[in-house]
Amino acid sequence: MKATTIFAAGLFTAGAALAETPVLTIYAGDYVASEWGPGPKIEEMFEAECNCDLQFKPGDLLPRLLLEGDRTEADVVFGLNTDVTRKARESGLFAPHNVDLSPLTLPIAWTDEIFLPYNYGHTAFVYNTERLAEPPASFEALLDAPDDLKIVIQDPRSSISGLATVLWVQTVYGDGAEAAWEKLAPKILTVTKGWSESYGLFTDGEADMVMSYTTSPAYHIIAEEDRTKKAAIFPEGHYFMVELAAKVAGTDQPELADQFMAFLLSEPFQEMIATGNWSIPAALPREKWPEGFRELELPEKVLFYSEDEAAALREPAIEAWRRALSR
Amino acid sequence: MARLSALLAALAVAGLTLGPVAAVLVRAGGWGALGPGEVQALRFTLVQALLSAGLSVALAVPVARALARRRFPGRGVLVALMGAPFILPVIVAVLGLIAVFGQNGLVNTALRVLGLPGITIYGIHGVVLAHVFFNLPLAVRLLLQGWLAIPAERFRLAASLGLRPWALFRVLEAPMLLRIAPGAFAVIFVICLSSFAVALTLGGGPRATTVELAIYQAVRFEFDLGRAALLSVIQLGLALTAGLVALRLGAGAGFGAGLDRALPRWDGQGLSARITDALWIGLAALFLLAPLMMVVLRGLGGLALLGPGTWEAAGHSVSVALASTALCLLWALPLSTRGGELVGLAGIALSPLVLGTGLFLILRPYVNPFVLALPVTTLINALVSLPFALRILRPEAEAVRADYTRLAQALGLTPLAWLRLVLLPRLRRPLGFAAGLTAALSIGDLGVIALFADPDRATLPLQVYRLMGSYQMEAAAGAALLLLCLSFGAFWLFDRGGRIHAET
Repeated sequence: MKATTIFAAGLFTAGAALAETPVLTIYAGDYVASEWGPGPKIEEMFEAECNCDLQFKPGDLLPRLLLEGDRTEADVVFGLNTDVTRKARESGLFAPHNVDLSPLTLPIAWTDEIFLPYNYGHTAFVYNTERLAEPPASFEALLDAPDDLKIVIQDPRSSISGLATVLWVQTVYGDGAEAAWEKLAPKILTVTKGWSESYGLFTDGEADMVMSYTTSPAYHIIAEEDRTKKAAIFPEGHYFMVELAAKVAGTDQPELADQFMAFLLSEPFQEMIATGNWSIPAALPREKWPEGFRELELPEKVLFYSEDEAAALREPAIEAWRRALSR
Repeated sequence: MARLSALLAALAVAGLTLGPVAAVLVRAGGWGALGPGEVQALRFTLVQALLSAGLSVALAVPVARALARRRFPGRGVLVALMGAPFILPVIVAVLGLIAVFGQNGLVNTALRVLGLPGITIYGIHGVVLAHVFFNLPLAVRLLLQGWLAIPAERFRLAASLGLRPWALFRVLEAPMLLRIAPGAFAVIFVICLSSFAVALTLGGGPRATTVELAIYQAVRFEFDLGRAALLSVIQLGLALTAGLVALRLGAGAGFGAGLDRALPRWDGQGLSARITDALWIGLAALFLLAPLMMVVLRGLGGLALLGPGTWEAAGHSVSVALASTALCLLWALPLSTRGGELVGLAGIALSPLVLGTGLFLILRPYVNPFVLALPVTTLINALVSLPFALRILRPEAEAVRADYTRLAQALGLTPLAWLRLVLLPRLRRPLGFAAGLTAALSIGDLGVIALFADPDRATLPLQVYRLMGSYQMEAAAGAALLLLCLSFGAFWLFDRGGRIHAET
């Protein structure tokens, strides 16, 4: 972001670099920049058109940004989620994205001027057809299923997918959420810190179902040609999860940041992100999705809390979950 | 001179722990408040830490005793291998345990074949089981060292006096245990206090919430730094209380100097003693090694899938480990006193999340934290390993000081000569063990919190998480195996180096 980046000579950082091309600094979730994440692809595609150096800084996106305040180095943040955007918005650190939202193909209406969606999915319980031939056909059926049906979920206090899970139950059951959790409790094998641990337990055969996304089967179809992993679709509806980017107000590369924001909804990016991030592109008609994604079973009914509702319901929903599972 | 360096080392620990808490507190503008969930978390944290530490030490006594008085081919390898769980990264160990004790694990599969009802690992017993798995090796090694530090002359005397096994235990072994065990208990108690991922994955739900999770939630999600600071100070207070109690209890005198002779044992040669010892060693080995075997088996296929990123991460991990080992030992030597050990405990007692956030707040105005990712990781790894290094070094360093100071003064040894001729040669075994442990811990540690993450300088544990986060479960298992090999290799090399020509 600074025209020349300052390199302190750390114990292991050798050498210095002169950056003559402008640098666009992007704060992103930790998995983004890994060799298996979408980061390297995004970098390659955007650098081909911007004549700049795009640098991902992975890590704790929002906490870091809030700690740094307006002294942040970030020009753009990539990978926020609606359930935490209110905190982000209140910080006043972001600027409007100025991107035309008409290409969006989300299942809900989106008019936010600050946060720009680039891909989405829904919460869903994923199962293995070889192990569970007849999955519960609805949320209600899941609650009534015998207790030896074992599921793994994530902790809403430490993971974003866990938070989405309690909000999902909240949208479906409202005041009855605590009672619903109580019925679910004996079926919960365990609660993990993050999505990775849960999914690892599921693929190891520890549990029958794992709390994940409607898009998870696409990974197995496309990367492994494995069609045994499916998301159970419930008529009560599924909670909408969208990933967002935003431009930092104090950026010293405003043009590059704007260019990047516009790039997010461009067709090449949208075509790449499906298999890059294993999520549904936010601005791409279904016909253009990759093959494996068109095969996915998706919910008819999509549930969603606005950020204000999510912020207000978060604490009571987590508390209901905690009380029900502590009994 | 010695005083000054001890003071400086202690100040460095205090500054590095209290400084970050203060920085977080200043930023938050005051303490936060505790909710009902936190009180529950506090209770659970205490109960599981007490159980885990108590069981680890209690089980370690017969195992260490058996190892101390038996000689058999492969004993050295077994002792080293049994130390491995302690240095495993949490996630790897948990997956290994689940492969043995999980719904689909070896034990349940065997039970099903026999037509018996299955067991579940999820619940507080699972958390304690995992903590014992991690910490039994440490407890065994600490006690084993205690046994080996009893001079051979004492056993010789006991044999010539014809002491019965019980009398021998009362006269020689019990006093040693009373001196060593409280410290081992305290260190393990403190480690379990800040347990997070183990408690969450195996705890089965919010009943098994620890204080560390509450801190994580406060920092990562709610940005309630005041509450994070409050919780971490409570955690620190609990740890230091445990340390003080242990210090009180473990204050007995040593056995005096011997001639550093090899130690043949005359006791425990009866058949029943042999069988008991073999049983304890066998059970402990099975319990500790089966999950490790599973990690190895599951990881073999994934090794071929590892990309250049993972190998690069492995390189970073190794260089960080070497640097933190050097730093940790330099730090530990002047602190190897009773007071120093208490100060050192602060290193693991403070939540790494608060430590990272505080350091970030302190450093951010002056330098770019991304550039400091690896140096800060090195520093924190050294700090976190300090209590273990001290626990290993302190009893023997004190014994050397008690036994040889008069001689050194009579000879007028300079501080340097004292170090070179007396202290270091006598501390070789514990120094090697401490160095091995530090190196292994810092290879396996998640290192600094993601606040300091640098995309081009990931460490191996971080890479394991990244792979898992991108559906690459098989590659993650391969990376975990690589991690296991590296951290065990580092441990083995240092520990071996310390034992060459030493009769243990």
